Amino acid sequence: MTAAWAVPIAVLLVLLPRAINPYQTILLTYGLVMAIAALGFNLLLGYTGLLSFGHSAYFGVGAYAVAFMVKYLHVDSMELFLLGAIVASIVITALFGYACVRYTQIFFSILTLALSQVLWSLAFKFFWVTGGTDGLRVPTPKLMGAASSSEDKIHFLATGYYYYVLAVFAVCVALMWLIVHSPFGKALQAIRDNETRARFVGIQIRRYRFVAFLVSGVFTGIAGALWVPLNGLTTPDILYWPFSGEIVFMTVLGGFRNFTGPIVGAVVFNYLKTYAVGHTVYWQALLGIILVVLVLVLPTGIVGTIGLLRARARKKTSR
Amino acid sequence: MSLLETRKLTKSFGDTLAVDKIDFAIGEGEVLALIGSNGAGKTTLVNLISGLVQPDSGQILFREKDVTNQSVAGRIQAGIARSFQIVNLFDELTVVDNVALSIFSREGLTRHFWSLADLHHPVWEEAHDILRQFGLEDKASALAGGISQGERKLLDVAVAYALKPRLLFLDEPTSGVSTREKAPIMDVISSIVRSQKIAAVVIEHDMDIIFRYSDRIVVMNQGVILASGILEEIKQDPVVREMVFGPSHA
Repeated sequence: MTAAWAVPIAVLLVLLPRAINPYQTILLTYGLVMAIAALGFNLLLGYTGLLSFGHSAYFGVGAYAVAFMVKYLHVDSMELFLLGAIVASIVITALFGYACVRYTQIFFSILTLALSQVLWSLAFKFFWVTGGTDGLRVPTPKLMGAASSSEDKIHFLATGYYYYVLAVFAVCVALMWLIVHSPFGKALQAIRDNETRARFVGIQIRRYRFVAFLVSGVFTGIAGALWVPLNGLTTPDILYWPFSGEIVFMTVLGGFRNFTGPIVGAVVFNYLKTYAVGHTVYWQALLGIILVVLVLVLPTGIVGTIGLLRARARKKTSR
Repeated sequence: MSLLETRKLTKSFGDTLAVDKIDFAIGEGEVLALIGSNGAGKTTLVNLISGLVQPDSGQILFREKDVTNQSVAGRIQAGIARSFQIVNLFDELTVVDNVALSIFSREGLTRHFWSLADLHHPVWEEAHDILRQFGLEDKASALAGGISQGERKLLDVAVAYALKPRLLFLDEPTSGVSTREKAPIMDVISSIVRSQKIAAVVIEHDMDIIFRYSDRIVVMNQGVILASGILEEIKQDPVVREMVFGPSHA
């Protein structure tokens, strides 16, 4: 089903900026960026059965890698930003992953959470390096070596940058699709379903978990790198645990037992949060209630529920 | 020459000596039944040889190579596979996926993240062929968690068989299935094991199954091997008769 829908959705995403205003396009860009992070996160949760509460760390590493490149190396190329973010997230994810994949279930979750908090406190306390709570500013980058032709940042973000993010998003979706449908992806699902049996068909559990952790972290790091120019600033907030919670939230919202769930969840969550923040000061409470209702009423998420309804309708018509 | 040999293999859990200096051997293509009362140490012995638990002392030789400290994956590569007393399957994957995973792993393909699993046609052909041999072909696309207990037992063995082992441990392959289903399940397993000349160690409590399908019987009690021999020898052993058939048969 996913492959059949991919082309019309890609066409829609290409044409959409012509039909909606720049603000809506920027919102959609945020959604696509978070979808990359959620896709990466779901390789661990949905396919390997590991719930990470520390993905803010890898998102933050990507974002801060870009900010450091701007501040200390005076880099302004988006391609170099992405490269730097990938290298930085490989290093940090490998370090954290080495410790985390030795554990599962609550121990894994707590360890990922604790390690992300270490990064947050470093970003918070070493303000002479990280800018502390003031954060670090990131100006408009050059895309494919070309500087923005427009002085208007909104115009840049809603046109050139949107299409840049869309292209990276498409590559990430294709890559993740390949990974989860590869023999490696099958091995991860086997580990998720039955660790003991997976060992007894010859799968080296810890090594596979580590690779999944690494890939997951790199995807989230790429999302962080794409997010900074969009936001214009990075602060320790994106390393703090509630941000990890948001990544979990969007994945559960869309449904973590299918490929497209995290993508849909990320885009919907982004709109949900934006409008909740705009309408009430109690937006966190509102999102909390939505999460509770979601878990109770739609445990398979938006995409999972649509799938169930479609299956039910098919059954009805075939009778 | 033995295919597998253990020398003074010992394992204790706390104060309980589960396996006590066991010397055990099985030859190429031999089908051996491992019997004994609950707690005799049968499953622990299989767990030690298959690598699920590490021995306190002793040696495990497979094809004259010391595999005592090898990982589970290393032992599988060497040719040791097992099924489980309580069925261990990938319940959320399809029946054919379960078997294909063993083949992907055996062929070292599970490291491939750059190719679609569906495009590895020889793997799927072999997986379907194995399912045909086990009589599970019509369940190929069903979820492993959704088939009957008898079928799950067969699939559990099929997943191990797909690793192309030289030695297969079958831990109670008919436990939890109806009496009516036991013989057909063992018929399928036995014909495959014998036709491929795979050595098999069957742990069973059902004496009819043991007498019908095994070449040799090893009797364990309280962590030691009590007796070993062909069916007629075992039947004559008074200690075994008392233990297996009860005091009135001693």
